Amino acid sequence: MILGLVAVCAPLGDSCLSRGMTGLPAISLSHPATLIAAVFTPWVAGGIALLIGFFASYLTALSWADLTFVLPATAFGNVIVALLSRFWLHEPISLERWAGIILITLGVGFVAQGPSLTERPQKPVDENAAIDGSGDASHVIDAPAREEWPGQAEQAADLETAAMDDLAQEQPR
Amino acid sequence: MNFPSQTAHVNPWSAAAMIACVVLCSTTGEVLTAAAMKSLGDLDEIRAQSGLKGAIRAVLTCPLFFAGVSFLALAFFSLLFALNHLNLSLVAPASASLTLVTNAIAGKIFLKENVDRRRWTAAVLVCIGVYFLAH
Repeated sequence: MILGLVAVCAPLGDSCLSRGMTGLPAISLSHPATLIAAVFTPWVAGGIALLIGFFASYLTALSWADLTFVLPATAFGNVIVALLSRFWLHEPISLERWAGIILITLGVGFVAQGPSLTERPQKPVDENAAIDGSGDASHVIDAPAREEWPGQAEQAADLETAAMDDLAQEQPR
Repeated sequence: MNFPSQTAHVNPWSAAAMIACVVLCSTTGEVLTAAAMKSLGDLDEIRAQSGLKGAIRAVLTCPLFFAGVSFLALAFFSLLFALNHLNLSLVAPASASLTLVTNAIAGKIFLKENVDRRRWTAAVLVCIGVYFLAH
């Protein structure tokens, strides 16, 4: 559902932005403030609202999946963009562009067939993740994950001791 | 209601520069954001433990997240500028697809993600697709 929101909100937001921006006069680099003013026009504001929904879903997805798995969900939205551009914005789309969009979709399909998470050889957590829900990335919040590397605490203690020694040597200066 | 086709009036090099700017800013922002979210852990679990406010606080107190959002904001304004001069059907797929490829490279280098042969094949397919798209 979250990946679906990512795929739908992004192209819808882009379409609203396009409709808003094409209705404005040409903006040059010498007047960047006009870009800020463009944000408050209705179509652009609507596009931004949709993109905020996209971003919230995107962040949630990134917290439990690889970046290279989440991105295909947004890339699949290209097909939706093409359909919206053709039938709503009435932009011309040539056969070559259609071929490009199809190839991109094929590429996205290749990526999507692979695993969603990077396989970490030192940490096979697939079954554990299903049980405790901690997944692959629990470094800061989930304290019990730190117990999986007993040497880590010793290393940290050594580093701390070394840092204290350095401080003690520096203090007389 | 017909909207004019604007891409024909833009120099191809200018169009490439606009798209490259969007892609570079977007890739940097997404890699930083992904690193931030990976450092936080599963947001659903944080929300279950600390509630929605706790999850929002966890995200908003992460410096990497703000660095990523800054680059994504830069990418957004680059996108607005590009949309003012180019067609959506060129800018959106081209920037999104190229961002996919650059993110695969950046993900392998910076995030240590496993980018296998299947993902490289996908990157090549996407590159050919972008060529057709911009042709």
